[in-house]
Amino acid sequence: MANEGVNHGRRRFLTATTAVVGGVGAISAAVPFIKYWLPSARAKTAGAPVQQDISKIEEGQMIITEWRGQPVWVVRRSKAQLDALKSQDSRLRDPKSENADQQPKFAQNEYRSIKPELLVMVGVCTHLGCSPKFHGEIKPEPFDAEWKGGFFCPCHKSRFDMAGRVYQGVPAPTNLKVPPYTFADGDKTLIIGVMPEGAA
Amino acid sequence: MANKLTRAVAGVQEWFNYRTPGLLPAYRKHMSEYWAPKNFNLWYYFGSLALLVLVNQIVTGIFLTMNFKPSAAEAFASVEYIMRDVEWGWLIRYMHSTGASAFFIVVYLHMFRGLLYGSAQKPRELVWILGMLIYLVLMAEAFMGYVLPWGQMSFWGAKVIISLFGAIPMIGDTLVEWIMGDYLPADATLNRFFALHVIALPLVLLLLVVLHIAALHEVGSNNPDGVDIKKTKDARGRPLDGIAFHPYYTVKDIFGCLFFLTICAFVLFFEPTFGGWFLEHDNFVAANKLVTPEHIKPVWYYTPYYAMLRVVPDKLFGVLTMFGAIAILFFVPWLDRSPVKSYRYRGWMSKVLLGLFAFSFVWLGKIGAGPGTDPVETIVGRVLTLYYFAFFFTMPFWTAADATKQVPERVTMHD
Amino acid sequence: MIKQAMTKLGLATVVALVAASPLALASSGGAALKPANTRVDNVASLQRGAHLYFNYCIGCHSIEFMRYSRIGEDLKLTEDQVMKNLNFTGGKYGETIHSSMPAADAARWFGKAPPDLSLEARAKGPDWIYNYLKSFYVDPARPVGWNNTVFPGASMPNVLWELQGVQHATFEPKEKKQESCSGEGEGCKNGQREVEHCKDGTTEIDGKCLVHLEVSTPGKLSAQEYDEAARDLTAFLQYVAEPAALKRQSIGVWVVLYLAFFTFLAWLLKKEYWKDVH
Repeated sequence: MANEGVNHGRRRFLTATTAVVGGVGAISAAVPFIKYWLPSARAKTAGAPVQQDISKIEEGQMIITEWRGQPVWVVRRSKAQLDALKSQDSRLRDPKSENADQQPKFAQNEYRSIKPELLVMVGVCTHLGCSPKFHGEIKPEPFDAEWKGGFFCPCHKSRFDMAGRVYQGVPAPTNLKVPPYTFADGDKTLIIGVMPEGAA
Repeated sequence: MANKLTRAVAGVQEWFNYRTPGLLPAYRKHMSEYWAPKNFNLWYYFGSLALLVLVNQIVTGIFLTMNFKPSAAEAFASVEYIMRDVEWGWLIRYMHSTGASAFFIVVYLHMFRGLLYGSAQKPRELVWILGMLIYLVLMAEAFMGYVLPWGQMSFWGAKVIISLFGAIPMIGDTLVEWIMGDYLPADATLNRFFALHVIALPLVLLLLVVLHIAALHEVGSNNPDGVDIKKTKDARGRPLDGIAFHPYYTVKDIFGCLFFLTICAFVLFFEPTFGGWFLEHDNFVAANKLVTPEHIKPVWYYTPYYAMLRVVPDKLFGVLTMFGAIAILFFVPWLDRSPVKSYRYRGWMSKVLLGLFAFSFVWLGKIGAGPGTDPVETIVGRVLTLYYFAFFFTMPFWTAADATKQVPERVTMHD
Repeated sequence: MIKQAMTKLGLATVVALVAASPLALASSGGAALKPANTRVDNVASLQRGAHLYFNYCIGCHSIEFMRYSRIGEDLKLTEDQVMKNLNFTGGKYGETIHSSMPAADAARWFGKAPPDLSLEARAKGPDWIYNYLKSFYVDPARPVGWNNTVFPGASMPNVLWELQGVQHATFEPKEKKQESCSGEGEGCKNGQREVEHCKDGTTEIDGKCLVHLEVSTPGKLSAQEYDEAARDLTAFLQYVAEPAALKRQSIGVWVVLYLAFFTFLAWLLKKEYWKDVH
């Protein structure tokens, strides 16, 4: 082996070029393997928007439906429940729903909903994923003497008001999540998983 | 800047070397100071190619298990689920199925290289034996993998191959039921084959591959001239005809791997079933235990042995012939008694007989892939089977008797 | 362009390697197959094929591994078009495609349930499907009144008869012929034996000799139009059997080109280093 007369510049250049071209190839080859973990066509179908007839829900009543494997609550709130919301602001962590991750823009309002009376909410506690229980009546409860209706999580005692806003002093960090939804059929049908027309 | 970087890299290297005994010596022994003969030709690519395919099979295999369902009820549909519903699932499945056939192509060529250049001869007997064990485990691995998609060929192939064990006197029938865990290939069979295919046999394969390479690097590589390069060394004790594996053979093997990958990609993207040879038409029909496909045969890499099984008109003797054909390969290091290694310096007899051997192996493969109904073909198959065994049984005599040419002192370069 | 060339080259390689191979898809006991000449990358053909499939076939044959949404995406149809023009069984857009007939009823009506056709084109080959679709003829001896020269004894009627017209087959009995034979062969007397065979130009099907198939009552389509329809339907089934094929080939071109370039680069690098080796 004779090392004299070796063109080191050319050798370095070729080594570097090969390494770069190989690196690009390796990264491209990794893409299919990474995307392999995305929700499959079957999972996407299971997670497609769901329709729910809401014409029969009575005042104060809640129904539970399913979207992407999670419970979604639909509650027709009474006037009293809606009126009580304002009074709770001082006891809440995020009364103005400023955390944008927890609801689409269309629900960043006093009632956290499109129609004031109709609450649509993902029924999963933002603490550790349990599903809170519905306590709609305005009456003193063992966990809160000044209860104005809302949701109580049996797992770690987190409390939320009738708009899914989290109370202070509980383990849950944020308000309950509002899914994207819209209405069809002259408001008789609720479609969960689709943004209302014109909303981003 | 560059200086700082170099120093940082060196620092990290030193940190590791200090704490991991054996790392640097191992790198030297197997890469930077492994002196490989400088005259390797085309035939010497297939070892590293086999390693490349092994890595491919392990990586794609791990990903396939993430969506495959090892149950008789769900397996077939889960493969189609991967092919259609999972993002890029088709690519990973085709990489695995094309890789399986590619594995056997390179392994067969790698083995033939060994016969061609007398690589099994002293002192590389153990390298050959370990290689044969790899081949044996690879066949079991591939067979079990082929059962998993649970198509018609999976099911009936499993049935036929497992039934071979029924030929063993006394315990045969019990053994067959024990292997299947049922009275026919069923959920239990598929489930245990899955466990063996994805965990047990790959572990064994990896261990054997490590041992195969370690054993090789202990005695050093043979070469197309069969010259022992350790005989002529320079003042520092390095073989004059040896070059460092790294960088010379790493760059050469990178080129070889890429060339091979280009061909594989071409097959994968434009003819993934390879006309029914890599993925068989009947295996796109879900397993049906009541209807046998018209034409049952194993995948192409087993067909030479399958032909031997079929041309023998007795069940037990047929099975013995088939397994004997594989077993006899283990004895090549002691059957080959030629004073020279490479066919380059052997006489015409060795060349002709080895050529005929390769030819008859391929022809047997063709017969095994056929319907097996032609009586003339059966007779041809018997003649070829006889030749296969005669080739090995008489090897000690013709290798010893054949004329040889003078082996040069130093290796020769052919471009 | 390149894609087609590569596909052709791929096929040619296999044909060359596997010439006259025993693995070639054979028509079992039926007539020789004419090439289907389908083009899976012809979206218009696939759309026409899909239309035919959902109008004539889906009643009995599900394609359970296929989703409506995937058809929409690959065949460049909107969700509305798919749901209105193709989906007659009421499944959701993202769901897999069932037939409208319950399997149990099907088994009662036809003796066995009509098979799912998701993978038919991979199991039997496009040529088989194409020829099968063209080879129905009236046969009063069969329970459904139809038979098929490609698949003798098929239990399916010709559902496309209103397009193709009513086809009749002309058969003739086998001919007897003397043939020389060796002394020990079966039925061999004085080096001669009698064998039955079909005359040249006829095809043996199920023990009879097929002379020709003829459309006696014309259908809505001319013979040429019907060939096209059968080809479209075959192409659609070919697509259904491997929806990834479209993507596979278009990506394949780039992968092969990239690897070829990379190989060239590695060859230069190898040559550069091996200048040291004399």
